[in-house]
This record gives sequence, structure tokens and C-alpha cells, in this order.
Amino acid sequence: MANSADPAAPARAAIGHTVWPARVAREPVNQPMINAWCDAIGETNPRYRAGFAPAAMLPVWTMRKFTPDPARVEGMAILQPFDAAGYVGVAATNLEQEYLRELRLGERVTEEATLEAVSDEKKTALGSGFFLTILHEFRVDSGEVVGRMRFRILKFRAREMAATARPAVAAAPPGRLRPPVNRDNAFFWEGIAAGRLLVQRCTGCGTLRHPPGPMCPQCQSLEWDTVQSSGRGTLYSFVVAHHPPIPPFEYPLPILLVDMEEGWRLVANAFQIERPALEIGMPLAVEIVEVEPGFRLPFFVRAAGG
Amino acid sequence: MTGTPLTATAGARLPPLPVPVTPSLIVASAIATSDFERVHHDHAWVQSLGMPDIYLTIHVTNGFVARYVGDWAGPAARLRAVRLKLGTPAFPGDTLTFSGEVLRVTDGDGERRLEIDVRGRTANGEHVGAVVEVSVPVGAQP
Repeated sequence: MANSADPAAPARAAIGHTVWPARVAREPVNQPMINAWCDAIGETNPRYRAGFAPAAMLPVWTMRKFTPDPARVEGMAILQPFDAAGYVGVAATNLEQEYLRELRLGERVTEEATLEAVSDEKKTALGSGFFLTILHEFRVDSGEVVGRMRFRILKFRAREMAATARPAVAAAPPGRLRPPVNRDNAFFWEGIAAGRLLVQRCTGCGTLRHPPGPMCPQCQSLEWDTVQSSGRGTLYSFVVAHHPPIPPFEYPLPILLVDMEEGWRLVANAFQIERPALEIGMPLAVEIVEVEPGFRLPFFVRAAGG
Repeated sequence: MTGTPLTATAGARLPPLPVPVTPSLIVASAIATSDFERVHHDHAWVQSLGMPDIYLTIHVTNGFVARYVGDWAGPAARLRAVRLKLGTPAFPGDTLTFSGEVLRVTDGDGERRLEIDVRGRTANGEHVGAVVEVSVPVGAQP
């Protein structure tokens, strides 16, 4: 990635946009997670044993789950240019939460996060860097907003850290093949890079189609636009590749064909779903994962209720 | 005296709460919030970043702020909002001591709203400063 003069420019351009696809909590609000929170924090409020969740747990329900390989943890695409320019440090500095009502056992939380502001470069105790403010909105299945959170992070170049920047990637194993990008599918990969799953829509008859192509197979119109997918679908079919092993993929390698809920199909790898757990018809959701610095791909993960 | 949410006025102080910060607390609470960032459990990793030790996550700090106010305000109180700023990290071996002061009390709609200033300090300085808004029903005694 080329370093522009201002590493914050791509982030500024993304203000007002979501920083990743909406996240659906894997588990509904539940007593075991509430108990773990209360045990750790020493909460003894009887209300948290009587069907209600601690308000401050608001962001916990949609937190990312553990993955043994830290390299596969998704980052925010908007942070990449900062990393590339040496601003590799990240620190949470401010947190604001607004609780519109209490969450009850059994409710499922969905979170949407929007980039709200990017500061000029500031000198701080940690080093020189940029503040980014992200607005998180939390809803339940009915669509009701139950809370909001404003999270400010500092993306900084630490004084010591700059000198001992991460070891070079020279020894890294071969990377993934990049998709061939052309005029038909550029929107799709640009969307993925920005954390959004887009699908092509014929503006003649409204039919969605994928993989992208120049002409609608239904009405032969050449006019099209794109819409953002919910990322949710159900497993239509799959294969598990065993041989020949091609770096850098890990085998056995499940390759899924998924009926998306808007009525199109998408092929992608599974993320953290082993072969025995795959069942035709199981609910899945797209998660966009940064597989290599600056390179993101869609994967399917288990969806809420799956 | 510190009073209760229904008797306190601006300037009332909440009783202090000391929290001993241990590696176990940092790890258990990070996992309880599903926060698997390595700076909250991987000692070697965090040292490679130039930090002395693992440290408390922001959501856990917020949880302690909420508990601190809730312990005082009672189970009838509801947390409405928090605005929180992080300062020096809380490391193993620190004692994180919370203190609080009622900033403002307003009545309306059958409830009393209190704004409470909460500080959490370690020997190294202020770890967190927060303003917490809670409401309590005026009719119901806790």
C-alpha cells in the first residue's frame, strides 16, 4: 500500500460509513455470560440474577469470538493506511455509552458501527497519532435501538515502537492469490475492502446476480447498480477440498455455496466451522476477514441461531 | 454521610472502593467481556510492545465504574449513560481505588436523575475519570 502524505485521508473519506458489516450476537443475552461478568467485576446486584443484563455489558454481546490464530482476526480496513505509515499502535481513550433500556435474557443484539470523526495528528503521551471516533448502535431483533456507544481510539506511532517496527514479512509464507479485478467485479472487491458485501442488481428488472457480469441473464439489460447484502444466508451445498494442498490454505478446506437471504448465491470458505458441523440448510453469515495486511476476503461463519 | 440516591444532594460523596488488580482479574474479566486482545492476557506480547505488563480492558474499567455507582445507588437504580476517559493503565499489583461525588440532581417524570463524577486512581495516577447518569424511581424505596 502506497503511503500518501496524509495517512488519515482514506479514513476521512470513510466518515459516515460503517467500519464493518453489522454484527449479530452469536448468543442471545444469557445468564452464563452475565454470571461471568458479575464474577469478574464483583457485581452483586440481584437484578442481574432476575432476567436483566448489566447495562455496561452492552458491547459484550457482539464482541468477536476467540480465534487461535491472531493473524486471522479482522481489523478495521480504515486502520490499514495508518499501519502502513507506521502508526501501528492502538489505544482506547474514551468511551461513551447511552442505555435506552435494559436488555433481557433471550434478546439478540445486533451492532452497527459507523466512523464518525477523524482528528488531525496530535502529540500525546503515547506518541504522535490520530483519534478516530466510532459510533456503535445496538438493536434487538425488532429493530428497536437499545443503546449506543461512542468509542474513541488513538492510532499512534509509539516513540520506542517506531524504531523496533515489526519484523519484516520477508519470511512470510506465500500469500493468497489476489482475485482478478475487472470493470464488472471491481465494486465487489472494493466493497469487501471497505468491509461491505455488495451484490449486483439489474436496474431493468431488479434481479440480483452473482458472480458479477455485464448483462442481466433475465432481461438482457446492461444497466445495473449494487445493493448491500445483509450477509445472511443458508448453506445450499459444500465441498471439502483435501488434495492437492496449495499454500497458504489450510486443509481440509470447506468451500461453501450459500443461498443468501436476498435471493442470490455466494461461494466462500468457512471460517471456524469444521466439516462435521456443516449441515445443508444451516444459517450462516458473512464475515469479512483480513487474511493478510491490507487484503480482505469474505468468509462464512455460523449465524445467529446456528 | 454519603446518603442514598433519594437523599443525596450535589457534593455528596460515595464511599471509596479499592479494587486489587491481579493478573487473574485482568484475564478473567477480559475473557468475560470476550476481549481477546493480547495486551490483556499475553505478558510476553505486551512487553514486546514496550509496556511493563498486561492491563485492564476499557470495558472492564467501565464495568467497575458501573458497579461502583450501582452498589451505592441500589438495585432500583438504572444506569442511563456514562462518559469515560482513560488515563494511566491499571497493571497487576495496582490497587485501583474508586471515589465518587454527586454532581447534579434533577427530578422529573416520577424519577430522580443523578450525575455522578467517578474517579479511579492507582499509585501511578488517574486510571479513569467518568461521569455516570443514573435514575431512581421517586416513589419506590430501594
